[in-house]
Amino acid sequence: MNARIWAVTILLAAIGLGFFVFYPKENQTNFGFRLGLDLAGGTLLTYRADTSGVTSSEVDGAMDALRQVIERRVNVFGVSEPLVQTEQARLASGEERRLIVELPGVTDVDAARAYLGETPVLEFKLIGNQDDLISGATTTPVYVATGLTGRYLTGARLDFGGASGGGVIQEPIIALTFNEQGTELFAEITRTHIGEILAIFLDGAIFSAPAIQTEISDGKAIITGANSVEEAKDTVQKLNLGALPIPIELVGAESIGPTLGSEVARAGVVAGIGGLLIIAIFMILWYRLPGVVAAVTLAIYAVIVLTLFKLLGITLTAPGIAGLILSIGMAVDANILVFERMKEEIMSGKEMKEAMAEGFSRAWLSIRDGNLTSIFTGIILFYTTTSLVKGFALTLILGIVVSMFSAVMITRTLLQAIAPKQITPTVRFLFGSGLSK
Amino acid sequence: MFVIRHKIFFFALSGILVLASLFAIGYWGLRPGVDFTGGTILQVRYAEITPAPEELEMLLTEAGFEVSNVRTGDNGLIVRMETLEEGDRDTIQGLLASGATTSSATIERLSSVGPSVGEELRRKTIVAIVLVVIMIILYIAFTFRKVSKPISSWTYGFVAIVTLLHDIIIPAGVFAVLGYFSGLEADTLFVVALLTILGLSVNDTIVVFDRIRENLRIHQERNTKEEFSLTVGKSLEQTYVRSFNTSFTVILVLLVLFFLGGPTIHSFMLTLLVGQVAGTYSSIFIASPLLVAIANQKKVA
Repeated sequence: MNARIWAVTILLAAIGLGFFVFYPKENQTNFGFRLGLDLAGGTLLTYRADTSGVTSSEVDGAMDALRQVIERRVNVFGVSEPLVQTEQARLASGEERRLIVELPGVTDVDAARAYLGETPVLEFKLIGNQDDLISGATTTPVYVATGLTGRYLTGARLDFGGASGGGVIQEPIIALTFNEQGTELFAEITRTHIGEILAIFLDGAIFSAPAIQTEISDGKAIITGANSVEEAKDTVQKLNLGALPIPIELVGAESIGPTLGSEVARAGVVAGIGGLLIIAIFMILWYRLPGVVAAVTLAIYAVIVLTLFKLLGITLTAPGIAGLILSIGMAVDANILVFERMKEEIMSGKEMKEAMAEGFSRAWLSIRDGNLTSIFTGIILFYTTTSLVKGFALTLILGIVVSMFSAVMITRTLLQAIAPKQITPTVRFLFGSGLSK
Repeated sequence: MFVIRHKIFFFALSGILVLASLFAIGYWGLRPGVDFTGGTILQVRYAEITPAPEELEMLLTEAGFEVSNVRTGDNGLIVRMETLEEGDRDTIQGLLASGATTSSATIERLSSVGPSVGEELRRKTIVAIVLVVIMIILYIAFTFRKVSKPISSWTYGFVAIVTLLHDIIIPAGVFAVLGYFSGLEADTLFVVALLTILGLSVNDTIVVFDRIRENLRIHQERNTKEEFSLTVGKSLEQTYVRSFNTSFTVILVLLVLFFLGGPTIHSFMLTLLVGQVAGTYSSIFIASPLLVAIANQKKVA
């Protein structure tokens, strides 16, 4: 009796869950699932960050600052649900830091990267060969990085002033404000290098090269030398969006048109439903009554997995869907193992109840071993490969874990609920399989 | 059992298939995808008539691009070319629009990979495969640790790996043949397919081994003796319906995915299909007979 109450509870819960997952809410497409770029269409840009100018202890901080800056720019770009990540790649030639930008819905790579690639790298540099210049040994100054960069900027503002220009007309100037760290650094540089030239580089080119007059300890700097108000304004805007703390270089781009994406998505859904149906039909034809139970369990399994996808916010991709559908195959495998075992036990003359219990407990070892190795494979794939494969690995792991639960717990409860007490010829037929009568 | 008695025949059959596959891989090689080598894949869709691949190749080459090949895809043309630089996409888009013969063409997919990204992926792939193989040996040796007669638990792990190699080499060989004849490229998805085959194949092999383990234990408990080859044969008999049914359902799903899953996962599904068939075959006809063969060797020695 107990099993029947449980069985009804499970069925009701599954129906409720299915309703919750699939009932379309207003303004919601795709039933609220997050679709990956390959399904929704969009652009993925991979940048290599040039960390040669940063000490190794500062790399993490610089990468984080870089990510934040790019994130700000992406947000201004007006993309829904963008994703900006940093990545660490180990190569034969050493470590490489990367920045990965996902822009769903953006299909013009060049427009996207032109926008993100407008990289005002702001640097403050000192002249390293002051003595040689004075003595006339050379005429080309060598600039040395001070460590003060756009990374320490909190804001830039367009201003007009005349004093520095010798009281001429109102000249556009760019007023910079540094953060705490930047203020300290700036104060130290200006204190120890009074009289020297502190050159301001924008995007690798010298923008202006004023001489340091006094120590500046309030964290404010002024850049003069803009050719026009427009140029100054533009620069201020870019600096406010965030000067890139370290230079980046595009090493990979991927864009998928919306038509292709939706075709793949539709194919995935059709294949998923088709796969489920064909398995259900096979199971019912071959395993009869237990087959029906297996088919119901499969439906419940699909509902649970999709609910988890939604709750955990997992992004659906084409390989991800493939992984999911593959896990259906493994879910059925568990059922097949149990049913075959059960049949053996019934044939050896055991009572129905006993045969069921034996079937499950004996099959469990095989189910466990087979699924565990697959889960381990999934975990290894997840941690060693790239995002495309990660999607596959994640859904495979999730699918297998859920399938172990559904194929063992749910199938058992449902079977116990319908188990007849006596083995009559009808029962023997219903619990038989294949071509036997 | 039949399979055990005629094991030499099945070993020979598999041996020939594996050798042929190795030959195909060695002779034609696997055509690595751009994600491993660096480069660009460009998928162009035409609204009306898709022009001949040579036409597009000429158009791009004349504009100064280095094009490796252009082939006809499911929905237009697929171009493989050098890594693109800033602004190249706009140039190509312009070229496509200007092409006299081409009705409105759009870039459906563009995937440009720098060489360092490719290098990293190659490295990661090798690491993944090695880790998976080590994990499987350790896991099997561990779960079968209580089984030591007549062969040690490590032998089960070893046999599982031999079976695995068999299951991976054959689809890779098929892929090499397809790569040579239809330009199929071994990309990341191909590697994922191989690793999935690893998982499925182990699963299949383990189910049979589990039954052998159980039957060995029963004999131990009852203190009865049975020829190892008989035990293995009986275990196979008890599991082959399950092996077949499971494979059959997986193959059904893969076929559905292959036909309805869209062109992007075509070759992925094909690799999985070949691997699954090889995996089912090897779990019945190779793995267990190999156990018997090793046990016999030990007896002789």
